[in-house]
Amino acid sequence: MAEMAAHTYAEGTHPPGFAHQFEDLSQQHEAGSLGMWVFLVTEIMFFGGLFACYIIYRSLYLPAFELGSRLLDVRFGAANTVVLIGSSFTMALAIHSAQTGKRKATVNYLLLTMLLGAIFLGVKFTFEWSHDYVEHLIPGFGFEVRPEWGAVGSHAQMFFCFYFFMTGLHALHMVIGFGILAVLAVMASRGRFGPEYYAPLENSGLYWHFVDIVWIFLFPLLYLIGGRYPTGGH
Amino acid sequence: MSGHIVPVKIYAAVFGTLIALTLLTTGVAFINLGRFNTVAALAIAVTKMLLVILFFMHVKYSPGLTRLVILAGFFWLAILVAMSLADVLTRGWSPEPAPWSTLLLFSSGLV
Repeated sequence: MAEMAAHTYAEGTHPPGFAHQFEDLSQQHEAGSLGMWVFLVTEIMFFGGLFACYIIYRSLYLPAFELGSRLLDVRFGAANTVVLIGSSFTMALAIHSAQTGKRKATVNYLLLTMLLGAIFLGVKFTFEWSHDYVEHLIPGFGFEVRPEWGAVGSHAQMFFCFYFFMTGLHALHMVIGFGILAVLAVMASRGRFGPEYYAPLENSGLYWHFVDIVWIFLFPLLYLIGGRYPTGGH
Repeated sequence: MSGHIVPVKIYAAVFGTLIALTLLTTGVAFINLGRFNTVAALAIAVTKMLLVILFFMHVKYSPGLTRLVILAGFFWLAILVAMSLADVLTRGWSPEPAPWSTLLLFSSGLV
């Protein structure tokens, strides 16, 4: 496991960021990463509850869910997927820059990751949710069942409940991640990270990538599997 | 030095593959494959997830204990989904029992 042999540091010679209860930096790194993953497992279960509910209600009201899915604009969903994957890429590069001791590049990649995160949220809020509001597709905010939806129309509201809860919870995670990235960018610009110590970057990166993975599943489940092909129907 | 350094080339290759898979899954959604539309969408999503976990999240280079914790998380998620579906999808299999008060009337011989 440990690439370097376990050894203790003499008093007063700790490398930057090293907590003295650990044997060495390698053990500290593993412990921190494991703790972060335990937190992410609780996040898997948190989102998992919503995903399980979505699967159950989709199986009970399939035509209404397919109808609701087709009312979403797949172009925004796909564009946002590309943006979010791009932000994961720049996050990975930010950590890589810290590992190789490039302070300026670390800050720049963090800022780029924030920019891409902001673009994602901007598209979500201004192009998608506000459009849904105008179209009366938000449950509780003047939702209107349209006559052309037919018999399953009244159940379409259920799809949109899931849509707003799932994308809303995801967007909340993005906003929190954005705040974490801002703190990291300030820390990085002050030279707090380097090849010896970059655990906050690494663990925040795990969080950011997790949020990306949630979207990787939300995109097909909400936008794609509603029968978008011209012949429609089943 | 405390962690594995993944070459930028690998990150770039993973990024390119993820973008290609996003375009693929979007394109496939517009072709009628019947129930395989859902299968394809989920298969591509799982592939993308594995790429992110293994390379961006460095799990390919993580110790066994971390991997075990991650697998346990997904295992519990599978229990959550499977057990919930096992309930909901089988509800129509057996007839609904009569209310207990009716049973009581029948067994008491009053009806």
